[in-house]
Amino acid sequence: MNWASSANELRQRIGIQLQETQFPEKLTVEETIRLFRSFYRRGISVAESIQTAQLEEKRHSRVGTLSGGQKQRLAMACALVGDPELLFLDEPTTGLDPQARRHLWDLVDQLKQAGRTIILTTHYMDEADRLCDRVAIMDHGRIIALGTPQQLIASIGGDHIVEFAITSQQSGEDEVDAKLLVAIPGVQGHRVDGGLHQLTVRDLHTTVPRIFASLAAQGLHLSDFRTHSATLEDVFVGLTGRNLRDE
Amino acid sequence: MSRLEYSSLFQLTMVRFRLFLREPEAIFWIFIFPILLAIGLGIAFRNRPAEVLDVAATTTQLTQALATDPGLRAKTIDQAQGTRELATGDILLLAIKQPDGVTYKYDDSNPDARTARLLADRAVQAAAGAHAAVCAENQLLHETGARYIDFVVPGLLGMNLMGSAIWGLGFSIVEARQKKLLKRLVASPMPRWQYLTAFLLSRLLMLVIEVVAFLAFARLAFGVPFRGSVWQLGFLCVLTSLSFSALGLLIASRARTMEAASGLMNLVMLPMWILSGVFFSASRFPAVIQPVVRALPLTAAIDALRGNMLQGMSLGQLVMPLGILTAWLVFPFAISLRIFRWR
Repeated sequence: MNWASSANELRQRIGIQLQETQFPEKLTVEETIRLFRSFYRRGISVAESIQTAQLEEKRHSRVGTLSGGQKQRLAMACALVGDPELLFLDEPTTGLDPQARRHLWDLVDQLKQAGRTIILTTHYMDEADRLCDRVAIMDHGRIIALGTPQQLIASIGGDHIVEFAITSQQSGEDEVDAKLLVAIPGVQGHRVDGGLHQLTVRDLHTTVPRIFASLAAQGLHLSDFRTHSATLEDVFVGLTGRNLRDE
Repeated sequence: MSRLEYSSLFQLTMVRFRLFLREPEAIFWIFIFPILLAIGLGIAFRNRPAEVLDVAATTTQLTQALATDPGLRAKTIDQAQGTRELATGDILLLAIKQPDGVTYKYDDSNPDARTARLLADRAVQAAAGAHAAVCAENQLLHETGARYIDFVVPGLLGMNLMGSAIWGLGFSIVEARQKKLLKRLVASPMPRWQYLTAFLLSRLLMLVIEVVAFLAFARLAFGVPFRGSVWQLGFLCVLTSLSFSALGLLIASRARTMEAASGLMNLVMLPMWILSGVFFSASRFPAVIQPVVRALPLTAAIDALRGNMLQGMSLGQLVMPLGILTAWLVFPFAISLRIFRWR
C-alpha cells in the first residue's frame, strides 16, 4: 500500500493529533468526536473514545470552554476514534501544566500497552525518556541519533554528568586546562555550557575524588559542584552542541 | 445509533448548521437585518397622499393664486430671500412678479420642481381667468405591485441571498484553514467533496428559513405581490444561493487569513451592491457599462426575482438571467475545486 494509490485506505488506519488544530469552539466535545467518528469505516464508539480521553464530565461542554489539557485530550480522542493502528502525536503536552502533562502521559502509556504504534514528537526529553521505546533525535530535519533511550544515553560514554563552576585563586578568572580534566581516568568528555563545566563521567565514586584532586592541583577554587545521571537532554545537547531550541 | 450517525455527509452538514445557529451575529445579519431594512425602506417610501410642494412668490396676490392649488404650499418672500431658499431646497419654485407677467425660477432637472412649475402655472393662469380648453377628469391609482416597497423587496432578497452565501461559506472556510482544522480534516479519511457539499446542503437548509421568513414578512406587512409561480420563485432562490455559494467558495479557496478573505468579499460584493439594482433600477446606469452590469450575478438574480414576483414571468421568459446565474455557478465552482488550498 502506498500514498499514491491508496491514500484514503491509509488514512483509515492512522490517527493524528496535531498541536496546532483548533476545533470549532461552538461544537460540544461529543459533537466533535462524533464528526470524526463518521469519517472512519470502523472504530470505537464515541462514548468509548470520550472515556479513554477522560472527558466524560465535559461531554456536553463546548470546545471553547475547555482547558488546554482538555483540548489536547479532545484532539487525542479524535485521533483515537477510528481505532488506528498507527498514531501520530505532535507535541501533545506542549503548554500544559505538570498535572495535565502527567495525565496525558498516562493516556499514552495506556495506548502503548494496548499494542498501538505511536509516533510522538516532543521537545521535552524527559517525556521522550518516559514514553518512548525508541527515540530519534532530529536536527535541522535530519535524524542524527536513533536508539532506545538507554542506548542513546550510553552513547555519550558515561552514565553521569558532573557540573561545576570554578574561580581561580590567583586571578579570579575561570581558567581550566581542559586537557588535564579529560586526562583524569573515568572522565569521558568535557564541555562548557552557560559558564558551567560539564564532564561526562563513568564510575562516579572513584572519579569524583580524582577531579577534586586535579582541580586542587591546578590551584582552582570550586564555587559550585553537582552531579546527575545522564539524561536524553545531555545526549541532545551533546549531539547538537546547542541548548534546546524552539524548532 | 442510527445510520445517519455514521454518515459523514450528514455529520458535516449538521456541524455547519449547528455552528451557524450558535452564532448570534450571523442570525442577526441573515434573518433580522433584511427585515429591519425592509421595514425602514417601507416606512421611508410608503405611499403618502400626493405630496404638497413648497413654493414662494414675491407678491401676496401671486401667493394667493398659488395657494388655490391643494398641491402647493405658498408663502410670500422677497426675491433675494427666495433665491437663497431655492438654493437650500426649502422651496422648489419662486414665482417673481414682472410688469408683463410672471417669471418662474426653479431647477428643471428636479422632477418635483417641474411638477411645482406645472401646478403653479395652472394656478396662476386660472386666477387670471383662463379656462381649460378640454374638460378632464382624474382617476387615481394606488395599486400594489407598483410601489417602491414592491420594487425593493426582490432586490433585498437577492442582496440577502448573496450576502449569506458569500459570508457563510467564505468566513467558515477561511477560519477552518486559519485554525488548521482543514489540515486536520484532510489527514482523516473524510471525503473532501463532502466537506464542500456540506456547505451547500446546510446553505439550502438555512435558505428555506431565511427566504420564507423574509417573504412572509414582506407579504404580511406590506402586501408585496407574488404574481409568478411560488415553486419557480423557490427554484430561483436556490439557483441564486448556489451561484453565490460557488463565488464564496472561489473567494475562500486560497485566502489564508480572515482579513484577506473579508477584503476579497467586499471587493466582490461592493460593485454589486451599487450596480445591480437593489434599491433602484440598474438600467439607470449609462449604456456603456450596461453589459457589465447585466453580466453581474446579482443583477441577473434580482432581474429574475422581480420578473417572477412583480411581472409573473415564468422560467421560460427568464432564460437570460437564468443563463447568467448558471454560468456563475459552474465556472467559479470548477475553478475553486482546482485551486482549493486544503492546508
